[in-house]
Amino acid sequence: MEEKLLFELDSVYRDNMRIKGFSFGKGEKSVCIVGATRGNEVQQVYICSQLIKIFRYLEKQGKIKENKSIMVVPTVNSYSMNIAKRFWSTDNTDINRMFPGYNLGETTQRIAAGVFENVNDYEYGIQFTSFYMQGSFIPHVRMMKTGFENVELAKDFGLPYVFRREARPYDTTTLNYNWQLWETKAFSLYTNATDTIDVASAREAINAVLSFLNKNEIIEYRCHQGYVSQFIEGHTLVNVKSNVSGIFIRYKDVNSRVKKGDILAEIIDPYTGMPVDTVKSPVNGIVFFHADQPVIYSQAPLYRIIPTDDLY
Amino acid sequence: MIQTIASVGLPIDETLMINKNRLIPQSGLNGNEKRISIVTGTHGDELEGQYVCFELQRRIKENYSSLKGIVDVYPALNPLGIDSITRGIPAFDLDMNRIFPGSENGSMPEYIASKIIGDLSGSDVVIDIHASNIFLKEIPQVRINELSRDVLVPYAKLINVDYIWIHSSATVLESTLAYSLNSIGTPTLVVEMGVGMRITKNYGDQLVDGIFTLMKELGIWSGETVTPKTPIISEDGEVSFINAGSSGVFLPSVEHWKNVKKGDCIGKILNPLTGEVNETIFSQTDGIVFTLREYPIVSEGSLIARILA
Repeated sequence: MEEKLLFELDSVYRDNMRIKGFSFGKGEKSVCIVGATRGNEVQQVYICSQLIKIFRYLEKQGKIKENKSIMVVPTVNSYSMNIAKRFWSTDNTDINRMFPGYNLGETTQRIAAGVFENVNDYEYGIQFTSFYMQGSFIPHVRMMKTGFENVELAKDFGLPYVFRREARPYDTTTLNYNWQLWETKAFSLYTNATDTIDVASAREAINAVLSFLNKNEIIEYRCHQGYVSQFIEGHTLVNVKSNVSGIFIRYKDVNSRVKKGDILAEIIDPYTGMPVDTVKSPVNGIVFFHADQPVIYSQAPLYRIIPTDDLY
Repeated sequence: MIQTIASVGLPIDETLMINKNRLIPQSGLNGNEKRISIVTGTHGDELEGQYVCFELQRRIKENYSSLKGIVDVYPALNPLGIDSITRGIPAFDLDMNRIFPGSENGSMPEYIASKIIGDLSGSDVVIDIHASNIFLKEIPQVRINELSRDVLVPYAKLINVDYIWIHSSATVLESTLAYSLNSIGTPTLVVEMGVGMRITKNYGDQLVDGIFTLMKELGIWSGETVTPKTPIISEDGEVSFINAGSSGVFLPSVEHWKNVKKGDCIGKILNPLTGEVNETIFSQTDGIVFTLREYPIVSEGSLIARILA
């Protein structure tokens, strides 16, 4: 294992911020794995730390294939994590909206540039990231439709779903998008947790990465090969909302099979305790995402359901 | 007449409302009036527009008979942000000016954004007032995407700003309110002026003077107006950026909106722990300082100044 300092930011008031990469194997730049870009992405750091432990062992065992190298960057934003803030510690900008960065620009542009120049020439790029709304997903590989995405390759992770959605203007400054522009085959992996550590979900993600690397002949590793991934397009999911606000009592978890008319949740009046809305599934399907905040706004998306033709 | 253009129930006994005040001629409407919309408060820490909204209406009410068209005033597109001193949308930590045109079926911010677009659509001109952020002070200026220059520059020249900056197009900016409105044929000017969390009254008065001039040109106002300043108009290539090369405390040596020469000292970055100067910053060009660092603490990369060559 080689520990590399990818970028260092000086500070008058704090210890310097150091962004580190941990490399394994020698030869062509095969895969780069990036964890937290935000300060609350603790699960993402945890997953990377576990991967580093495993790659270290595999390297000693000679199980990283010849002429293949792997780099893991657990976090590019330790400053924010150390003060329990999601975005950049001073100006609240999002490093994952600053790529490919600019080395003469503002602080987070420089951080992004410092990271990107070290990660932009790998064949595969894997990012553990998080969603802007609080909630849980079925673990999946998420891709944007850029013209460079490779759905079939994404299935090598063996996660239950490969999810693709249209790229929006503000996506064009994410790491994933810019990796793709630089011809890195890029994937974002979503697990169940962000600011807490969910060990079971982390194990699933770690297994997915190891399975992917094994299938693509970067490491030698026997493991469960995962699922036959189902490909879903973002626009095919059914959004379920409530027209009222209040306390959100959720009855269905992710991966639940639901039938049209099943009760998904109740919204409770916070003063009287009386139900003010019963949220029902509009379709047969599988719960792909659910919100998990205890209180909700009206019009808030509560569930996203993958529609199915289930007849039983 | 105060109207609520979007509302969302909050969890406990509160409704988030996006309100506008519509001022119409005393004689009523005949259906042919022009309409100007003044919007601000997208970022909760930008307050310069609050005074503009007040002062514009105060002057109209003082001479109501001169009003010949519709003036819609939207002081707070992000009212929760303004009230809680939060730049983005509280609870979502989202920059509201990156979610337009929004979506009727999206999350709360996207839903509100779609309602805002729907209500502003069809205005003859929209003026979207911003106030930089807490870090930088700006002279009154209009920023125009190069794609909209032909339509917007004639309007921008009327609103009495010092400077018009025509900037290049960037995909990420397609999520802004102004881009979304301009792309559907509603001309929208973005004004930047002052500094976050403060109100600079003279800038506000200057802009209000200009809004009346534009209103007169549109046939919305028949009262007295000023002759607007002749703004400097420039493109990206004429703007020089100065960023901090080290962290510390920035003390400026120049004044805002004053000329500097190449080699002039812009300021120093001080180290309060060691008593040393970490960096002395010099201008790389002759020009005028139209953006100047206001918040003293800087990190490597923090923007110190923009100079128009």
